[in-house]
Amino acid sequence: MGIVEAILLTVITAATPLVIAALGELVTERSGVLNLGVEGMMIMGAACAFVATQLTGSPYIGILAGILSGALFSLLFGFLTLTLVANQVATGLALTILGLGVSGMIGEAYVGQSGEKLPQIVFPLLSDIPWLGPLLFKQDMIFYLSIALVIGVNWFLFKTRKGLMLRSVGDSHSSAHALGINVIRTRYLAVMFGGACAGLAGAQLSLVYTPQWVENMSAGRGWIALALVVFASWRPWRVVVGGYLFGAVSISQLHAQAFGIGIPSQFLSALPYLATVAVLIIISHNRRTTLINTPASLGKSFVPDR
Amino acid sequence: MRIELEKRPKVSVLFSIFSPFIALILTLIAGAIMFAMLGKDPGYALYSFFIEPLMEVWSLHELAIKAGPLILIAVGLSVCYRSNNWNIGAEGQFIMGAIAGSIIPVVFYEWQSPLVLPLMLVMGMLGGALFAGIPAFLKAHMNTNEILTSLMLVYVAQLFLDWLVRGPWRNPGGMNFPETRTFGAEAILPEMLASGRAHWGFAFAIIAAILVWLMMRFTLKGFEITVLGQSERAGRFAGFSSRKMIWFSMLLSGALAGLAGISEVSGAIQQLRPVISPGYGFTAIIVAFLGRLNPLGIVASGLVLALTYLGGEAAQLSLGVSDKVTRVFQGLLLFFVLSCDTLLHFKIRMVWADLNDTVKDTH
Repeated sequence: MGIVEAILLTVITAATPLVIAALGELVTERSGVLNLGVEGMMIMGAACAFVATQLTGSPYIGILAGILSGALFSLLFGFLTLTLVANQVATGLALTILGLGVSGMIGEAYVGQSGEKLPQIVFPLLSDIPWLGPLLFKQDMIFYLSIALVIGVNWFLFKTRKGLMLRSVGDSHSSAHALGINVIRTRYLAVMFGGACAGLAGAQLSLVYTPQWVENMSAGRGWIALALVVFASWRPWRVVVGGYLFGAVSISQLHAQAFGIGIPSQFLSALPYLATVAVLIIISHNRRTTLINTPASLGKSFVPDR
Repeated sequence: MRIELEKRPKVSVLFSIFSPFIALILTLIAGAIMFAMLGKDPGYALYSFFIEPLMEVWSLHELAIKAGPLILIAVGLSVCYRSNNWNIGAEGQFIMGAIAGSIIPVVFYEWQSPLVLPLMLVMGMLGGALFAGIPAFLKAHMNTNEILTSLMLVYVAQLFLDWLVRGPWRNPGGMNFPETRTFGAEAILPEMLASGRAHWGFAFAIIAAILVWLMMRFTLKGFEITVLGQSERAGRFAGFSSRKMIWFSMLLSGALAGLAGISEVSGAIQQLRPVISPGYGFTAIIVAFLGRLNPLGIVASGLVLALTYLGGEAAQLSLGVSDKVTRVFQGLLLFFVLSCDTLLHFKIRMVWADLNDTVKDTH
């Protein structure tokens, strides 16, 4: 395998969790809910996936545990913001703080244990294609899931009736309510989907990216996923483009260090965060297009009048 | 069963006073359940978490040391949040304040003068304010979301500090440990009382809280903050500029976070290290909300959250539970605070499923 392929493989591994978490948050935000707790749900997913894998010996049960824990954790956010109409920004932060604490407690006994890496699923014949084969058809299950999610979310949002209803809830909850759509239920489901995706992204971190448990191992990826949604102007395909771009940036620092470029490692490590800021500036400096793309009810609470 | 909200005609005065206390009690109950699940005696656990640290003079000093930065940062954040500017990067502004304030005692360590300390404090505030100025500029002039930019800059500040103390600022006589030289006598924030370690940072916090409270209560600026926060449109009609408000609130909170940073470094640590904050900038967000964004309330809530840090350390020793318990407590507290705030604006009713419901739910 050539060096270029090796680099591309690491880019894919770094990009996959970003793509998955951002897709989930995209669906949540399309329903008009801003969940800033992605980082917290992701780290919960990472901790639960790792612990479940160590306990059962099966990384597939680990994946399930990651998804479930993310979805359950997001339910907490849903209850506060949707049922009790608490402030979404503050509740999202609370979710992140709580997630970092609880995951630390869950994973504490497992620090330093080497985990089970998620096995590759090799597609016969297809994986023999030069270049593309090893990159696309010799991957782990979470990578395939991420591809399915992109296609699925895009299809759901723009080709199905339910997807249209979800988008209408996000653009004008009062109109949607008047049309007889159950706004709160739709938003609960969207929030839980976002949580499940964040949990799956976390599972990727502790089962594929670095198969072990380290406290705070999500290292801001949840926040980068939030920025990705803005970058993608709430469109699934652009999430993929953005996710792989960010994957490339965060990997470039490792390779730059390996090649012995004379820049302090801390500056290279800061690159993904600085790139996030730069990208946000470029995307949002045009007030008009931002306004058109953003779901109109994003972040606003809804209390049905009876 | 489902829960229904009914809007109150007026904000409930009763609950606006009692909701933080209800939240505290609920957090204690949840904490007791958590300790029971961990196999500890909940009564003893809560006692060693929340009462024991208050029984000794030295630990009261520790409480003031921890409460100082929390209150300082949270007071600034309250102005931001009231005006609808979501600065969540106070942790980074704290670090940059500490770095800027440390330039004199680390780089110009040979200069000895009574001016050193005041200059350090001013530079700390400037450092924090300048760092908060980045998201302020990006929001005011580039329309960029301040939540994400201010948070991203926290990581940048942490890495920058890490580089400084391992690289150019490392103590030449420090056996290669990643830390700067220790500050000289002029560069150290003195202790307030002879009885213990608590330094003047706590006094700064109280002064800042009172000043900001006066501003919010009695000045036009305070009114402007409230109006713009509640309705930007109404504020525009009154001739207030939301762009100027972004700058004002972010710079103020950055300066206070920076002051907290340099006070902590100069008063408590007395040198720079790779990690100088146990997450004060994030915990201060909880402090701000528990204090209902009121500077005087924040003084009280800052003491409560400082207690969770001390209690965490104490519980680690006496109960052998993980120090992660502190973070869990803090997260739970914010959750309960936010849910209890619902009581201010709404009456909550439980509705048991009835025929009406089934009809309603069919669409």
